[in-house]
Amino acid sequence: MDTAEKFDDKAPGNAKLADQIEGEQAMDETIRYPDQTVGTPYVDNPKMRMRDVEVFYGEKQAIHGVSLDIGKNEVVALIGPSGCGKSTFLRCLNRMNDTIDICQVKGNLHLEDQDLYDPKLDVVELRARVGMVFQKPNPFPKSIYDNVAYGPRIHGLANKKYDLDEIVETSLQKAGLWNEVKDRLHSPGTGLSGGQQQRLCIARTIAVSPEVVLMDEPCSALDPIATAKIEELIAELSQSYTIAIVTHSMQQAARVSNRTAYFHLGRLVEMNDTDTVFTKPEHDLTEAYITGRFG
Amino acid sequence: MQTGNLLLLLVVMIAGAYYMGHRRSFALARPLGGIRHLHSLPFYYAMRTAIWCAIPALVVLGAWLAFDDTLIRNMVMGSLPAASQPVDGSAANLMLNQISNVASGALSPASVSPEVAAAAEKLNSLRQLNTMAVTVVVIVVAMLGTAWGWVKISPQMRARQQVEKVLQTLFMLSATIAILTTVGILMSVLFESIRFFGKVPATDFLFGLHWSPQTALRADQVASEGSFGAIPLFVGTLLISAIALLVAVPVGLMSAIYLAEYAPAKVRAFAKPALEVLAGVPTVVYGFFAALTVAPVIRQLGESIGLDVASESALAAGLVMGVMIIPFVSSLADDVITAVPQALRDASLGLGATSSETIKKVIFPAALPGIMGGILLAASRAIGETMIVVMAAGLAANMTVNPLEAVTTVTVQIVTLLTGDQEFDSAKTLAAFALGLMLFITTLLLNVIALHIVKKYREQYD
Repeated sequence: MDTAEKFDDKAPGNAKLADQIEGEQAMDETIRYPDQTVGTPYVDNPKMRMRDVEVFYGEKQAIHGVSLDIGKNEVVALIGPSGCGKSTFLRCLNRMNDTIDICQVKGNLHLEDQDLYDPKLDVVELRARVGMVFQKPNPFPKSIYDNVAYGPRIHGLANKKYDLDEIVETSLQKAGLWNEVKDRLHSPGTGLSGGQQQRLCIARTIAVSPEVVLMDEPCSALDPIATAKIEELIAELSQSYTIAIVTHSMQQAARVSNRTAYFHLGRLVEMNDTDTVFTKPEHDLTEAYITGRFG
Repeated sequence: MQTGNLLLLLVVMIAGAYYMGHRRSFALARPLGGIRHLHSLPFYYAMRTAIWCAIPALVVLGAWLAFDDTLIRNMVMGSLPAASQPVDGSAANLMLNQISNVASGALSPASVSPEVAAAAEKLNSLRQLNTMAVTVVVIVVAMLGTAWGWVKISPQMRARQQVEKVLQTLFMLSATIAILTTVGILMSVLFESIRFFGKVPATDFLFGLHWSPQTALRADQVASEGSFGAIPLFVGTLLISAIALLVAVPVGLMSAIYLAEYAPAKVRAFAKPALEVLAGVPTVVYGFFAALTVAPVIRQLGESIGLDVASESALAAGLVMGVMIIPFVSSLADDVITAVPQALRDASLGLGATSSETIKKVIFPAALPGIMGGILLAASRAIGETMIVVMAAGLAANMTVNPLEAVTTVTVQIVTLLTGDQEFDSAKTLAAFALGLMLFITTLLLNVIALHIVKKYREQYD
């Protein structure tokens, strides 16, 4: 395992500079980018292994040489200011960036032994193994049952109606929604409350039994009670799934994740155990962000 | 002054009223310490003054123009000596025509009786007086209105509410015009249809299987009785529309899906307008394309495999009509497919669905109401289309569902019934209105059915 070198410019004056930062423009000119990540971005036997990932939107480079591992049954939180590339990075992990014409991804990304960007790879299979929950709850305008059954149906996971019923029920139970909706499985999913809709989307994602679940700010559109429920759910799900979650809430990252990665302007600045990141961050930029001095 | 010039003058006066109102509101505001001490912005005071200038003057002008002609005519006729008073209505009309012809100089006064010449003189002088009077009255009313509007301006006046009320009324009137026009059309068709059903029993019309509207023009003419069974026409209409929709719906939908989901931005930017050009081709052009190009090809093809094809066939008309209405389906469907939120696409793709599964199972159901709307619009166009059918499908009212034979449609028959020399109260002419009424009811029913389908299967995504 590589031991990442400390950011060589980590001099006392650096914190001062970080203080002065107003916008990203100022940062471009005054601070040298961290060329290497501090902390421990790599683990043994990772579920997903990413090396030197670079993403371009047309001419513009959004991600600069990010390398990190996601361990088995681990919850990894990606934090950082808006526009730092954390969502873009997350969307590389199941190739959702393919839907954007001008987006180009370079580097080595592996799910176990499978190269994600292997031209021979069937992206449909990949997305069945790496599921995604989006920022805004996006249930299909169909019944609750059909929402959950959508994935199993297109992947042919159930031969009989009975099997499908069972998949729907267990998925809804795992998502903690079964008791609330079991009497109205055939009413529209869009009629649920925001928090219920998001749990429905989680049920829909786990119905195809993915190995990894990616969550892109899953609670940003929800109230605190619904958020607490989703966070509880994430803790339970981590027993059977590997989870990567992008979040703007540092409390949420601290509550749900095992390890936390801090992104800044398209670079991975620091990745460490969540406790370490929030109690004694190694990098000044991380410290500045988590103490709320910018972001 | 001529009415046109008077209107122009009125526009100038309205602009002046606006300016004066604007000036006065500023003048009133200045001692108070600026326009923020007025109830409304100066614009509203100015608009209110302009409205006071315009509306009373326009109302007076409109009322005047509506009645002055009748009034003048009555005065002229009344001035004729008792001996030369016309005996009945038609004679009066004839005499009035003569008088106004003399007055306008089309007839020389020497060629008519002296009474008529005198009446023409009187008509001319009355008309001059009338023009003078209307000019003066309208200008005075406009000035009085402006003065009233101007005097009433005060910092407390709620000019904004009043102006907005007037605008609201204007919007409402505009909407009413559209609705009243529809009602008017329906009424005119309905009353003529009732007259038709007085001559021909409704059951004969609705259920009759034979259409041959030739009736005798004169009592002594030898002609057929005329039979007005509308079924063959509706069968023809439905046959051609069905062929057209069979072409337009699949082609239109698939091209919409290609444009919205698969086409690169550059292709889309070029192909969408190019497809919409189809809708701009005049139907006459489609008509001779159908008659001169498509019909012979179909005929040759049919003969080469041993089929007997009429030179004017429902198939040729239907195919070309189908091409014509492709843009109605494709353009509307493309719009609604593009409007389906990206979040739904992402959700489906993120679960490992392919693009085509996403389109079939998520996008298509969500876009269904709009797609149905497009198909319905295309169907109404197909049912109402006349020119292509006249040129390519013929006039023979054959009762058949064989697309290789000549058929005719409701609209084509309406055209043939109403063109040429006709008595306007014969059953033949009135039949056109009954057909129009039936057509109206048919499209209305189609709309209702489609709305019902949309409501039932709609998947609401927001």
